[in-house]
Amino acid sequence: MKNIMTRHIFSLLLLLILPGLAMGQDLVTAKSFGADNEIIVSFSQAVDPGAVANTANYTVYEEPDPDIRLQVEFVVVAADQMSASLFFSEPLNTTQTHVVTIANLVPAQGPATFTVAKSYLGYLVGILVSALLINNFVFTKYLGLCVFFGTSKRKDTAKGMGFTFTIVMVVSAIMSWFFYQYILKPFDLNFLQIVVFIGLVSLTVQAVDTVLRKVNPALFNSFGVYLVLVIANCVIIAVPLILADNEYNFLETFMLSLGAGGGFLLALYLMSSVRERMDLANIPPTFKGVPIAFIVAGQFALAFLGFSGLQIF
Amino acid sequence: MANDKSNFQLITNGILNENPIFRLVLSMCPAVGISTTMMNGLMLGVAVLFVQVFSSVTISLFKNVIHPRIRIPTYTLAIATWVTVIDLVLAAYLPEAYAKMGIFVKLIVAFAIITMRLEMFACKESVNDSFWDGIGMGLGFMFGMMAIGFVRELLGLGSLMGYDILGFKPLLFFVLPCAGFFVVGLMMAFFNYIELAYKKAKQA
Repeated sequence: MKNIMTRHIFSLLLLLILPGLAMGQDLVTAKSFGADNEIIVSFSQAVDPGAVANTANYTVYEEPDPDIRLQVEFVVVAADQMSASLFFSEPLNTTQTHVVTIANLVPAQGPATFTVAKSYLGYLVGILVSALLINNFVFTKYLGLCVFFGTSKRKDTAKGMGFTFTIVMVVSAIMSWFFYQYILKPFDLNFLQIVVFIGLVSLTVQAVDTVLRKVNPALFNSFGVYLVLVIANCVIIAVPLILADNEYNFLETFMLSLGAGGGFLLALYLMSSVRERMDLANIPPTFKGVPIAFIVAGQFALAFLGFSGLQIF
Repeated sequence: MANDKSNFQLITNGILNENPIFRLVLSMCPAVGISTTMMNGLMLGVAVLFVQVFSSVTISLFKNVIHPRIRIPTYTLAIATWVTVIDLVLAAYLPEAYAKMGIFVKLIVAFAIITMRLEMFACKESVNDSFWDGIGMGLGFMFGMMAIGFVRELLGLGSLMGYDILGFKPLLFFVLPCAGFFVVGLMMAFFNYIELAYKKAKQA
């Protein structure tokens, strides 16, 4: 009698545990990207090294493209059999969520499926840093140059222009995002992108102008003149176009616009520091003014090339 | 306001005296960004020519009904409309060239040169003059882009318009993106040099 009871309880327990095991949630405790072409997986129990090392047991793909399978080149199992490193033939695009399925991991169980992604906060900071340095809009994307050369003669002007620009950039990018997600996309009006975005930018500039004039006249007196120039800056229209192309969400939009504005401020400030010094230098008459500014900007661009490949998260 | 310049003078004015890139120093972004080959310069030049001519004519046609206080937004909307047209046309008929130029076709909307020509010329002059001025400015831009593309493609890749000329690649540095700044700066200095030498010769 007691024997039967135990057996019942045992099978009940099994029924409770098995689905959980079958989904593989308990078996895989941690997973992360390692080197360029590496995914590290930790298990909750010792696993069969033979099954884990068999590359045929793996199916790996990026979440948006389930049809494009990534081939696992080889697998290294740790000595304690509690973790394994998957190596791929090509570097992984770590900005995408990867879906990994391991079949026959533990005998008589379904395949274990899990996703590998970078931490979201790190990804957001990555967008910010990328727009600031790695893909600086002025020095590596060559946008906003007219305003860049026009307002980088004095440090004060550079700071004023940079701050005004960043504010307008963030506000207009967020508005563009709302328009794109909730009006242009649902009604299939994508071809109106350019008209709508440039309209929104002019509107934002006009609004900032009016608000600043009433709320803080002192600030308006120092920054007001730059507002008109903002419209003539290609960066301000490039950011909405980029975020529409990449289907960024709200937080990503905020980070990208902040990075774009901050990057522009940084570029202006660097450039104005050099140009203030150049006033004192003896420059050949043929190079005076704009030509020498171009050469200096070229040297900055060379220096910013050094940031490419920088990865923080 | 009457304009005493002939159509031909309007065109040469855009190409030489008021060249958008080398003289007015406007629309520098594409001149640095995608001037790696002559072909790119030609393609973007055609797009800008189209937008410049059509928006000049549009604004010139409606110049009497546009209220001065809302003129800048009106210009922007007119330009944006024509940019949308050329953007869709290029994407449909020349997808390869369109992919190379990337975001710059859409960015024509923010090119200072077009807005400036509308403000300075098209809103005052007749439709006919605005048309020829637009053609001059567009050709001037195209000429500037192709001149930069000529230098960069010849020195960087040893070819012109995609055809191999030199048979070797003298200085690969020139097709690097950041070399655009150097090339534009040096070319401007070169034109300044010619101008200074010309003035000196005139004085002597």
